Amino acid sequence: MSTTEGTFSPLNNLTPSDSDYKLIAENVIAKYNGVEAVKNVSIKFKNKAVTALIGPSGCGKTTLLRCLNRMHELTKGASLTGRVLLDGEDLYSNEQNPIVLRRKIGMVFQKPNPFPTMSIYDNVAAGLKLNGLKNKTIIDEIVRSCLEMSYLWDEVKNDLKKPGMSLSGGQQQRLCIARALAIQPEVLLMDEPASALDPLATQKIEEMITELKKEYTIIIVTHNMQQAMRVSDYTGFMYLGNLIEFGETRQIFENPKNETTAKYVQGQFG
Amino acid sequence: MITAKQRAEFRTHFRYNVKKRLIIDKIATGIVIGFVALAIIPLGSILLEVTKNGSAALSIEFLTQIPGAIGTGEGGIGPAIQGTMLIIAASSMIGVPIGILSGIFLSEFGDNRYAKTIRFFNDVMAEFPSIVIGIFAFLVIVLVLGHFSLWAGAFALSIIMLPIIARTTEESLKLVPITYREAGYALGLKRWIIITRIVLSSAKSGMITGIMLAVARIGGETAPLIMTILGSSQFFSGFDGPIDALPLRIWRLSLLPYDSAQAQGWGAALILILIVLSVNIGVRYIFLRKSGGAGLFYFRSVKRRQR
Repeated sequence: MSTTEGTFSPLNNLTPSDSDYKLIAENVIAKYNGVEAVKNVSIKFKNKAVTALIGPSGCGKTTLLRCLNRMHELTKGASLTGRVLLDGEDLYSNEQNPIVLRRKIGMVFQKPNPFPTMSIYDNVAAGLKLNGLKNKTIIDEIVRSCLEMSYLWDEVKNDLKKPGMSLSGGQQQRLCIARALAIQPEVLLMDEPASALDPLATQKIEEMITELKKEYTIIIVTHNMQQAMRVSDYTGFMYLGNLIEFGETRQIFENPKNETTAKYVQGQFG
Repeated sequence: MITAKQRAEFRTHFRYNVKKRLIIDKIATGIVIGFVALAIIPLGSILLEVTKNGSAALSIEFLTQIPGAIGTGEGGIGPAIQGTMLIIAASSMIGVPIGILSGIFLSEFGDNRYAKTIRFFNDVMAEFPSIVIGIFAFLVIVLVLGHFSLWAGAFALSIIMLPIIARTTEESLKLVPITYREAGYALGLKRWIIITRIVLSSAKSGMITGIMLAVARIGGETAPLIMTILGSSQFFSGFDGPIDALPLRIWRLSLLPYDSAQAQGWGAALILILIVLSVNIGVRYIFLRKSGGAGLFYFRSVKRRQR
């Protein structure tokens, strides 16, 4: 893949067999009550890689992320045009059921939000149990493996019955990641997963992301440019609802083509 | 641009103000505490008075027997206790599910004109004089069926419960942060699963408080019962005849010109308070002991949720 993957140019050669890309957004325009938060963005997310979306506050990164698993439409007054393709299939076509596709595209939120009335175990198992899985042996195994993947197992293995809310903020966020992983998604969307966490917890989450990308396609929204540099393979810079530049992370940070991108990654604004 | 001199002036001003504000704060706190005390006085004195006057009448016989001959001071309020428990149970069977479902509708699907209309009439219904509801139940149930009955009373009382439960359920559900719902959606859960398994369980303590408020309210209703269950001096004998209830019994006893009847009335009032109180504590204990966040008291669980 060339480092200057065109994002303004129409996306040619897009076919369902384009297996390099897990998720492809085409001409996505997302509005809240008629106001465009994302203005005609086209972007391709590579399979089993980490793509970071960076940009100043209010630039539409989170909105774009929420368009990728149809969470955007849950907001009142939200509307969307364009296409989002997962393995070549349009998420927004009439045959798609948002509930089913959200099981393929997991999401981790900015603020840790474990279910308040559930134990640690039940939080991780929530997506399985509440979606109808009853086999306790399988659930046990998945809970364990997901907690291991999110590096939380050692800290909670003796307290699985304790409420999820009893954990610290960083642990709660890793619990939420384990919960998202439990339903075995193919894509993991992360909306500033470390912004509410201290450096140590952040480091753990970053290590985890690096580990997870062997299995998952990860898209992470972040304010933190160092974080984008550390964890991502590709980076998209968004500004005022537009995707200004998209390319390999190294290129975006070391050799940006666009002036605004250069200013942003050098910390001149934002 | 603020000059150094102006800044110094501001500082003196604010420091002066801080003292003044601290005093105002103390006064305001004092006023609040004063009014709380004022509000507790009637509550405390009612409880005291009822206990003082009522405890004398209490005995096993009083709790289990049917009323004796008027003026003798014999017999008890057994049918009234039984009737009140039956009617609270029957009203709750009708009122609680419908009230909760309405509350869920108003909170989770209530963003349209239809729901706004329902919400408005729900609030109006909460203000209805209960005697009107009693007359309504008399017309549509008692006259149609041809007899006073438990179900007529339960029908009337459940109408009184409905708006209270619907509104408190709605408010409790709205308190559940949207982030939990979003987490549910992101897990690919169906909407009704999110509502029933995540939102409802987070809102449980508030909802139970609402239901208990409604139970306490109907436990003391008298007027609609006159029109629907009439009152009786016999134990429950079937769904096609009048039954007794504590508020009715209290009302009847208090009208009698005998000291013994008055004493029995106080005793019945004390029993009514104890029944409502124990239902309240019992239900909270059963439903809230397991959920880590909520204890016996709603107040405590609210504080924890905010943390």
